[in-house]
Amino acid sequence: MSTSTEIVRLRVNGDLRETGVPSHFTLLETLRYGLGLTGSKQGCDKGDCGACTVLLDGSPTLACITPVWEAEGKDIVTVEGLGSAQGPHPLQDEFDLNGAAQCGFCTPGILCSAAALLERRPDASRAEIQEALSGNLCRCTGYTKILDAVEAASARLCALDSSREEIP
Amino acid sequence: MISRNPQSDLTLIGSRLRKIDGLEKSTGEAQFTDDLAFAGMLHGKILRSPHPHARILSIDTSEALAMEGVHGVITGRDMPVKYGIIPWTPDESPLCVERVRYIGDGVAAVAAVDEDTAIRALEAIHVEYEELAAYLDPHAALEATTGPFIHEPKKEGWNGNITKTVKLEFGAVDELMDSSDVVVEGEYFFEGSTHTPIEPHCAIGHYQGNGKLTVWSATQVPHYLHRELARVLDVDVAEVRVIQPPVGGAFGGKSEPFDLEFCVAKLAMVTGRPVKILYTREEVFYAHRGRHPFHMRYRIGADRDGMLRSVDAKILLDGGAYASFGLVTTYYSGQLLTAPYTMPAYRFDSTRVYTNKPACGPKRGHGSVQPRFAFEVQLDKLAERLDIDPIELRRRNFIGEHTRTVNELRITSNGFLECLDSVERASDWKARFGKLPHGRGLGVAGSTYITGTNYPIYPNEMPQSAVQLQIDRSGRVAVFSGASEIGQGCDSMVAYIAAEELGVPLEHVRVYRGDTDFTPVDLGAYSSRVTFMLGNATIDGARKLKRKVQEAVAEAWECKSGQVLLAGGWAFLAADTERKMPIREAFNLAEAKFGALGSTGSYNTPKDVHGEYRGGTIGASPAYSFTAHVAEVEVDVETGVVDVVKIWVAHDCGRALNPVLVEGQMEGSAYMGFAEALMEEHVFKDAEHGKAGLHNAPSLLDYKIPTSLDTPELESLIVESIDPEGPYGAKEAGEGPLHPSIPAIANAIYDAVGIRMDSLPFTAPRVWRALRAAHEARELAMSET
Repeated sequence: MSTSTEIVRLRVNGDLRETGVPSHFTLLETLRYGLGLTGSKQGCDKGDCGACTVLLDGSPTLACITPVWEAEGKDIVTVEGLGSAQGPHPLQDEFDLNGAAQCGFCTPGILCSAAALLERRPDASRAEIQEALSGNLCRCTGYTKILDAVEAASARLCALDSSREEIP
Repeated sequence: MISRNPQSDLTLIGSRLRKIDGLEKSTGEAQFTDDLAFAGMLHGKILRSPHPHARILSIDTSEALAMEGVHGVITGRDMPVKYGIIPWTPDESPLCVERVRYIGDGVAAVAAVDEDTAIRALEAIHVEYEELAAYLDPHAALEATTGPFIHEPKKEGWNGNITKTVKLEFGAVDELMDSSDVVVEGEYFFEGSTHTPIEPHCAIGHYQGNGKLTVWSATQVPHYLHRELARVLDVDVAEVRVIQPPVGGAFGGKSEPFDLEFCVAKLAMVTGRPVKILYTREEVFYAHRGRHPFHMRYRIGADRDGMLRSVDAKILLDGGAYASFGLVTTYYSGQLLTAPYTMPAYRFDSTRVYTNKPACGPKRGHGSVQPRFAFEVQLDKLAERLDIDPIELRRRNFIGEHTRTVNELRITSNGFLECLDSVERASDWKARFGKLPHGRGLGVAGSTYITGTNYPIYPNEMPQSAVQLQIDRSGRVAVFSGASEIGQGCDSMVAYIAAEELGVPLEHVRVYRGDTDFTPVDLGAYSSRVTFMLGNATIDGARKLKRKVQEAVAEAWECKSGQVLLAGGWAFLAADTERKMPIREAFNLAEAKFGALGSTGSYNTPKDVHGEYRGGTIGASPAYSFTAHVAEVEVDVETGVVDVVKIWVAHDCGRALNPVLVEGQMEGSAYMGFAEALMEEHVFKDAEHGKAGLHNAPSLLDYKIPTSLDTPELESLIVESIDPEGPYGAKEAGEGPLHPSIPAIANAIYDAVGIRMDSLPFTAPRVWRALRAAHEARELAMSET
């Protein structure tokens, strides 16, 4: 074997994880094959489809074209880490309610892109949502229900924010 | 948050419901095929032909086999049995034996400890080829007189490049054409396109020491895969198990066996270890089986008042290297055009030829999207010639409900007029068609599609779909379903029906699915058959159990069993709904009375409703869906860029069992039609532009599919005609709503800028050239006068 193996330390969804992978592995390969986090998907393996999108320090990142060592020392969030112990992220719940996930294969990546947007702009407009999701291909939905779901989640997050403000 | 349907006594059906696997899919929990891994699993790779057409002279695998980490190498000689999804045209083998027929045809496969080693092993396999002349143009393939043809001719002296020719004629075509007041003629070209599911094909094979073979696959047709694996690998069908994890999109692109499924099985048998193959995205493009390019010529004759008299079509289908579903495609190219309009006479003459390119097959709207494009543009031209509003022209020719088409298809429910009304109203058509400023326009088109086929792919008298149900003491219902969940929501649909019929809350229905060892046969997710057939099977099975529960409760209450209602977690007395018991108690009474509670349900299609002519069974369906679209476009006359602003989609789905899912199918279909109209081209290089037969753009960067920014606004308008034979009246919604997108956009471009786009796709350079040609023609005409 000509490839060498290296130990990488990654902070994923809050946990510090360590695993040995071939040194040329991407972040996606490491998540899926090294750590068993299969929520992030491989649709093209060359950065075209967005199914592998994860958050690196809050920014949507294509894990399939990110060498794994680039993610060391950063805070990685995958679809598995979007929700909380209390339940799914409002985006995940709205995707379910609105029928925004048909086959569901692009969904993890889209959720990560959308979560980053709503973190930055909880009251994003439909046009901003379209722009933010334009790097994530979906072949099932025609995007309509995805945009509806992100809008609905945005409304919930904004309502949550304003209710927090009202409480002294 | 979830609204109830107020218009019927159904409690769940018709409501806006969550999918049973919706949250699983949005939390990353759902396990697709490539998410599975097994101890000791090897990774497989397939060596593919670099030539579009060549003889294999020799294959030397010894160097690869000797490599560290390589556990098995197989070639075509290890699996020489030919197969094909259509039993009459078995013309491919899992790996090529003597001949390769397109760039990308599989030649050998390896299994190694990891992907990198497998890729290196492919480089150590040495294949000697003798190149043959390649046919890339379907016309050249058709005109060939001497071999070597792409396949051996069926008879001496025939052209082996022809898959199938179908000529059918109904009524006095020539006579009625000659006596027509107006005849419209046109030539059309529909470019090929491919499915592009975001999940690449993936399969895992596992062979146990006791002779049991298990294959996990991202397939739409586990039952056909089950049969073909057994046949090709010469294993008893009873020893084969196919497991279908959730499928990450398919659209027809996973509806027949592919080389990787046979290879993982064979490699697992050779190595004794589990073997996985995941296609690269490039391999998905070469696997293809997508939309056939069609070259079409249409003549339609009509009366002065726009009533159709005669339709005459000649079609050449560019089929690629293998037959795939091509025999059916050739029939569908003509058979499915005969509604929603009355045509007294109709003829089609369709020929599918082989070419040295990846095989074409069924893509959403199999074989009927292409002729529908041509025909609906023809109708637009006819309306203009006669100065009749295009929607009015379509209304006048409406075929009606409970009738037969000219080729003897049985039409039952038909909501096409409501579809037309609906898009006319929503788009404000009357006020705006033909009246918008230059550069902006509206176009309309209609269509019909099958809701499944009356005849299965291999002849048999058994049900097309079946389920098993079981009730347990906790008050839960388990459904065992062999239907293919590809994102359309069929697992949820069976749960809705089981909950509706047996009165349990939706969350108390469990659906166990997609495993040929314990789920009954459903033929697969193709031809828009699943809701209709699986839905009816589920009703059948659930009502058998329901009757037992009603009977047991009636005995306790001393009433007639018809008086007992089951709904929302309770058994009620119809006459006095205060009298009730929890459904769990009702189930326990039934179990005490009848023993363990289980049932089966099945559905089979009517077999006596087709034309008595060769091919008359093809196109026969238990019900037909109907669709109308209006598209609004803006054309930039300087650049030729077409912006589709909005598409109004009205679809008669019989009854929307869950409107959220029906809208999802309508939007997804309209999107996919829009994509074919404006962007997608599945094309190959010729010798002048690179290596002949090489895919022009086998990546998701270069093969353009729409992003969230490209896709127009889509408005779904559900029409419910309540079909007499559908489950609660439901018909299909997954494929029909794609058809009119393309001609509606073409017709809208004409309304906007006065040019006819008769070739797909309507890319900016093509539109710009057409605009310029029209401009030059006007200049010329002016200078001559």
